[in-house]
Amino acid sequence: MTLGFETLVAASLAYVALLFAVAFLAERRQREGRGAWLRSPWVYTLSLSIYCTAWTFYGAVGYAARSGLEFLTIYLGPSLVMVGWWWTLRKLVRIGRTQRVTSIADLISSRFGKSAPLGALVTAIAVAGITPYIALQLQSISLSFAAIADRGENGLVAGDLRLVAFWTAVGLAAFTVLFGTRNLDPSERHHGIVIAIAVEAVVKLVALLAVGAFVVWGLAGGVAETLARIENAPVPMWTGERGRWAGLIFLSAAAFLTLPRMFQVMVVENDDERHLAVAGWAFPLYVFLMSLFVVPIAVVGLERLPAGSNPDLFVLTLPLAEGQEGLSLLSFLGGLSSATSMVIVATIALATMISNHIVAPLWLRARPAEQTAGELRRVVLIARRLSVAGVLALGYLYFRLTGAGTALSAIGLIAFAGVAQILPAMVGGVIWRGATARGAAAGLAAGATLWAWTLFLPSFGVLPASVMAEGAFGLSWLRPRALFGIEGLDPLLHSVMWSLLVNAGLFVLVSLVTFPTPLERLQGESFVNVFDRGPAPRALGRAAAEPEALLVFASRLLGRDAALDLFREEAERQGKSGHLPDTTPVFLARLERELAGSVGAAAAHAMVGGLAKGSEVSVDDLMAVAGEAQQIIEYSARLEQKSAEAERTARALREANAKLTRLAAQKDAFLSRISHELRTPMTAIRSFSAILREEDLRPDERRRFAGIVEAEAQRLTRLLDDLLDLSVLKEGRLSLDRREGYLSDVIDRALAAAGVLPGSGLRVIRDPSSEIVPVVTDLDRLAQVFINIVSNARKYCDAPSPELRIAVRRRAGEVIVDFVDNGRGIPAEERELVFESFTRLGGSWREGPDGAGLGLAICREVMARLGGSIAYLPGQGGAAFRVVLPAGLARAAE
Amino acid sequence: MARRVLLVEDEPSIVEAVSFILTRAGWTVHAHADGATALDRARAGAPELVVLDAMLPGRSGFDVLRDLRADPVTAAIPVLMLTARGQERDRDLALRLGATGFMTKPFANAELVAEVRRLAGG
Repeated sequence: MTLGFETLVAASLAYVALLFAVAFLAERRQREGRGAWLRSPWVYTLSLSIYCTAWTFYGAVGYAARSGLEFLTIYLGPSLVMVGWWWTLRKLVRIGRTQRVTSIADLISSRFGKSAPLGALVTAIAVAGITPYIALQLQSISLSFAAIADRGENGLVAGDLRLVAFWTAVGLAAFTVLFGTRNLDPSERHHGIVIAIAVEAVVKLVALLAVGAFVVWGLAGGVAETLARIENAPVPMWTGERGRWAGLIFLSAAAFLTLPRMFQVMVVENDDERHLAVAGWAFPLYVFLMSLFVVPIAVVGLERLPAGSNPDLFVLTLPLAEGQEGLSLLSFLGGLSSATSMVIVATIALATMISNHIVAPLWLRARPAEQTAGELRRVVLIARRLSVAGVLALGYLYFRLTGAGTALSAIGLIAFAGVAQILPAMVGGVIWRGATARGAAAGLAAGATLWAWTLFLPSFGVLPASVMAEGAFGLSWLRPRALFGIEGLDPLLHSVMWSLLVNAGLFVLVSLVTFPTPLERLQGESFVNVFDRGPAPRALGRAAAEPEALLVFASRLLGRDAALDLFREEAERQGKSGHLPDTTPVFLARLERELAGSVGAAAAHAMVGGLAKGSEVSVDDLMAVAGEAQQIIEYSARLEQKSAEAERTARALREANAKLTRLAAQKDAFLSRISHELRTPMTAIRSFSAILREEDLRPDERRRFAGIVEAEAQRLTRLLDDLLDLSVLKEGRLSLDRREGYLSDVIDRALAAAGVLPGSGLRVIRDPSSEIVPVVTDLDRLAQVFINIVSNARKYCDAPSPELRIAVRRRAGEVIVDFVDNGRGIPAEERELVFESFTRLGGSWREGPDGAGLGLAICREVMARLGGSIAYLPGQGGAAFRVVLPAGLARAAE
Repeated sequence: MARRVLLVEDEPSIVEAVSFILTRAGWTVHAHADGATALDRARAGAPELVVLDAMLPGRSGFDVLRDLRADPVTAAIPVLMLTARGQERDRDLALRLGATGFMTKPFANAELVAEVRRLAGG
């Protein structure tokens, strides 16, 4: 039973077209800002499933058919990492975001002082380890084609398989270039690809579950039956090699962290570190479902399919053999999904690493520095596209060279062991500040060499048999399978043990005996203590000569607004819109001048020169310098602020002191005045009382003196009344008795109480019609104010024929009552004083015993309580007072 | 000839009281409500004693005292200072400016007469 070749091709093309559409739509949504759901923790979890490649989709069954449950180790490792190392993962993600890490090579390079050799070394290891892995995917696709396609009567020939692999590689390259290298986003995120991968994750899970369900319930006859079959299977489920199990679990856990594609989806493509919380349980659940039916398919496949069938293809051939063409096609698409998603992400990751850590540094070295500024971006983009094609070409080449002989799982584990060499530097780098670039380089180089010698090269079969048997140069302790004379170990375990042991040992030892450069210290500090730095500080993009970088840099020294102004102005001058000018020599010179003001000319020159060249001086170095300068500036600004504050405090204290002194003087003066005002009538009363006790007074004298005593006693009483009144008013304890009345009535009462009657000497001029104004206020208190003013006019107006004009007006919610007499008025310098307590003015002093100088002070307090005011009105000829009542008060009271 | 007292006081009832008491005791009392006219009078008439209120409208009693002491014509005239403020500071200031006596209002009539007699030397 087979499927038509054309059917398979058509299905594959349709499926790939679907992926294109999904990626395209997702990118468009993202650009339109409607892609919030694209960044859900579920998409993130599904994208992690690229861990499950064709190796695990097809190969796990083959693995189970050969070694029983051992295949579980490759799932257990990542699950343990997700659950148990959650904190470290979060740290990696945080570092990735704060440092704008673009790949695992970038992580290592950046951590160890932006070391270019380290970045290149990690890239080399990754390419060496992953190329076979990509070849493996191409192989699995062509194998799956071969297994189920029917090419007419002749069957498939080898050339056809190569053709399939070739066109698959071309198609994947096209997809990756299109969606993976469209632009140089500094965050290196690819939402379209992530979504496509999430879709593929669903497809492969559904496919595997469908095949598994068919096998268990369709072929084996239920769960119990299946278990019985497993019981009697010819393969032992438990191999019992605990060392190998532990080793494999460790290896897969390490690979989960260090595989470039895993780093890409887990750290680089991560949108939100909280997604890890969901992935922490959802990803183990996913791999659990992926592994659920592996053993049943393997056992039933071994049982039903003819001996010699490739167990790596049971997932595909078992349904086909049972006539389930649809299921078989689904399974084929699942395998295709597993392979393509892995290849796409791995290729992006490798291409990023190659372009950033190999091509760009070489190109920068080859070109004169001044020319690199604008071109770097373009070069990196081209390099990345070429790298995608190159990686896939390498994978295809590897596939062509090695043929289809090797078991899938073997290639996978070799790759795992290769990338696991990055683990010591990676983990050490984020938890140990003392780790140095030399330590990392020594460990990586030694580990990679040992891996190549003991595992990678032997897997090609390129080492001569003599070397395998007797060691290199005739040194038996250099035998690839028995390093240092230790024999009898599983080759994989042997290689992993030695390479990682030497790797980690050298890493620690060399780190201990070498000293980190200042930049390494800085980076080490910011990696290890990434959580101390608050949420996601902004870091600079890597293209050093970018105007953005210059802007960020200038902002630190000049302040954000000044820097923005400078850049915007320059951009305008260059005829560009926005605020980012081209980094022309003219602009750089200008920027340098501006910066010189902050850090001095020499430093500014070095910094701008360094930034523009972008290679010799690390951007982070400059940022550190700029940061320090900024701190110093801030510190001195704080000092200035502090001294200004101290000055303000001192001034406030002086003012408070002066005010207290003034208040004390006022209190003294007030007590003197009270004493005077009380003692003066008392003096008269005491004298005349004593005189009156004597016998020899004339009756008219006696009467007169008694009258004086009475008047002075009344004066005392009034004084006390006024004092009490003022004190009540000042303390605000006055209760107002608001009633409605007419202003005319209040004025009538006041004139009568002040003794101003027709013929009393003071002529009052009024306009009765204007006075018909309804007011709601304390009418008695208002009358008291009017009485005071009128009494003063009566007492102090010194015109030959005294007149008092009372005018009422309404203006913008206020009622204004003016009292103007025709006397001399109050001298300008004394107008301020008339409302103070005990002020009787010089010229009026002798006028009478009946004023203690409290009247206007009381009026002022009363008007304040009534919500109005009283003021002296200058420029009216005579003494003039203006009383203002808020009309709003009248309305509000109703 | 009756001995003359110059009374400088702005409170009418106190002027009346002091005038009555001193007149009955045998003095001729000339009362003035402000310092300026009182000074003119003192220079012109050379009274045997000046009874001077501290709190006068316009120029205070202390100003008047200073002027009296500054003018050779009046510098030797005894001055009895009256004050209603009753503060130590006023007494000190008065004595420093050359007041011969100092009394706080209110006072006992007999006390005033006794003090006037003592200061005028008889």
